[in-house]
Amino acid sequence: MMQRQAGIRVRDLNIHYGSLHVLKNLSVDVPTNQITAIIGPSGCGKTTFLKSINRLIDLTQEARVSGNIMVDGVQVLDPGIDVTEVRQRIGLLAQRPYPLPMSIYENVAFGPRIHGLCNGRSLDETVEHYLRLVGLWEEVMDRLDAPAAKLSIGQQQRLCLARGLAVEPEVLLCDEPTSSLDPISAQHIEGRLMEIKKDYTIVLVTHVLRQAQRLADYVIFLYMGTLVEHGPAPDFFEHPREPRTQAYLSGEFS
Amino acid sequence: MNRRSLWKLEQTVMKVLMGSALLLVTGCLVLILGTVVRRGLSAMNLAMITQPPRGGYYTGAGGGILNAILGSLCLAVGATLVALLLGLPIALYLQVYAGPCGLVEMVRLSLDVLGGIPSIVYGAFGFSLMLLMGLRASLLGGIIALALVELPIMCRAIEEVLKMVPFELTESAHALGITRWEVAWKIVVRQALPGITSAILLAFGRGIGDAASVLFTTGYTDRLPTSLLRPVASLPLAVFFQLGTPFPVVQERAYASALVLTVMVLVISVFSRLASNRLSRYVVK
Repeated sequence: MMQRQAGIRVRDLNIHYGSLHVLKNLSVDVPTNQITAIIGPSGCGKTTFLKSINRLIDLTQEARVSGNIMVDGVQVLDPGIDVTEVRQRIGLLAQRPYPLPMSIYENVAFGPRIHGLCNGRSLDETVEHYLRLVGLWEEVMDRLDAPAAKLSIGQQQRLCLARGLAVEPEVLLCDEPTSSLDPISAQHIEGRLMEIKKDYTIVLVTHVLRQAQRLADYVIFLYMGTLVEHGPAPDFFEHPREPRTQAYLSGEFS
Repeated sequence: MNRRSLWKLEQTVMKVLMGSALLLVTGCLVLILGTVVRRGLSAMNLAMITQPPRGGYYTGAGGGILNAILGSLCLAVGATLVALLLGLPIALYLQVYAGPCGLVEMVRLSLDVLGGIPSIVYGAFGFSLMLLMGLRASLLGGIIALALVELPIMCRAIEEVLKMVPFELTESAHALGITRWEVAWKIVVRQALPGITSAILLAFGRGIGDAASVLFTTGYTDRLPTSLLRPVASLPLAVFFQLGTPFPVVQERAYASALVLTVMVLVISVFSRLASNRLSRYVVK
C-alpha cells in the first residue's frame, strides 16, 4: 500500500465555546485529492471542526481554539499567520447558498479580481471557465448581468461553488452543501464534487449517511466532540470496528 | 363570561385602540398638511420660489423665498454629507469590525444620548465652537451644527440596517480570503445600500427641517448663498420670521414657505425610494 500524503494534518485540536468543550483532542489526517466525509449526529462538532480549518471560527467571538492544523505544510492556527491567505487556499461551500449582492458575472469575477488571479487569461475567460466547471455556463451565459439572487437556489449553490473555486483554493470545505437543495440540484452538486475531486482536497460535512456512502473516499466519524473512528470509505462502511460506529451506521441514532 | 367571549372582547378592545392610534397619527398629518395648504396656497406663486425677497418683503412687498430654499438645500446637503462621512464608518465599525465589548456599548449609548439632545443645544454648542474657531455666523457653521444633529440619527439608522445583513453572507465573503475592510465596504455596504439610502434620507429630513440649530450658527440673510463663510437663509427660519410679523399677507407666506419645505421633503423621499428600488436589484434576500 502506498502511504497517503496527508492533505490536512490535525493534532490535538480542542475547541471551546465559552465553557462548552465542543471538540476534544481531535487528531486525524485528511488525505489529498479525495473526498473525506465527516459524519456524526447533529451537534457533534462537525461544522465547528470544518470552520477551524479555514479559521472562519475566528468570527465566532466566544470560541477558543488550541492544537495544530497543518494544511500543506502551513500552520493554519498560527496566530501570526495571514488569515486571508489561509482562507484563499481553503475554500468553503456553505450550507445555504449566499451569493454576493452583485451580478452572476461579478460573483465569479470577485475573487480573481481581488486576488489578482487570472494567469494570463482574461477575466471573461476565467468566469466562463469556472461557470463551465460547475455546469452553470449554459444556463446563465445569456444573462451574466442578472442579479445572482434571481437564480434558483440550486443554481445559486453552484454559483457559490464557482465563486469559491475561482479563488483557486487547494482545499474545499463543504458544510452540508446539499441540505437546503431539492434532490435534482443536490445531485448536480454531488456530481460536480466527484468531477473536481482529482484536483482538490475536499472535506464534506454531511448528516446524510447515503451521501457519505455515495461520495466519500475516506470517512471521519465524530460523536459528542470526539473522534470515534476513521478510515477509507469501503472499509469504514463494511467493517466498522467501534460499537458506536456500528450503532450509528445501523441507524440506531442519528 | 366564558373564555371565548373574553377573548373576543380583548380582540375588540385592541382593535379599537390600534384603530384610534392610526387615526390620530394620520389625522395629525392630514390636519397639518391641510392647514399649510389652506392658509399658504393663496400666497403661493411663481415669484415665491424663483425670487429672493425684495426690499420691504417683510411688510408685504414682492419677492420670494428663493434665498431660503437654496440656503436650506445647501445646509441640509452639506450636513448630510458630513454626517455620512462620519456616520458610515462609525456604524461599520460598531457592526462589522468591533465585536460586542464595553467600548461599543459606550459608543452606542453616547449616540443615543446625543440623539436625545434638543437641537437648540447643538446650536449653542456649534456657536461656541465657531467662536473658538473664529468663525462668524455662516453656511459652514450651520453645516457643522446640523451635521451634529444628524449624526446620531444617521449612525443608529445605518447600524440597524447593517444588522440585517445575514451573518452567513459575511461569513461566505470572509471565506473568499478577503480582508475585513473588503468585506465591510464591498459586500456589507453593497447589501445594505437600499437601507443606507433610507437612513441618509431620514437624517436629511431631520436636517432640512431643523430651525434651532441654525438660528445662531447660520444667521439669516435675504441674499442667495454664495460662500461657505457667509450667512445663508433657511426655510424653517423663513417660516419663523414671517409668522412673527404682524402682517397677515406675510403670515400667509409663512404657510406657503412651510408648504415648499414639505413638498421638497416629499419629492426627495420619492426620489430616494426610486433610487433605493434600483439599488436593491442585486441585494440577496
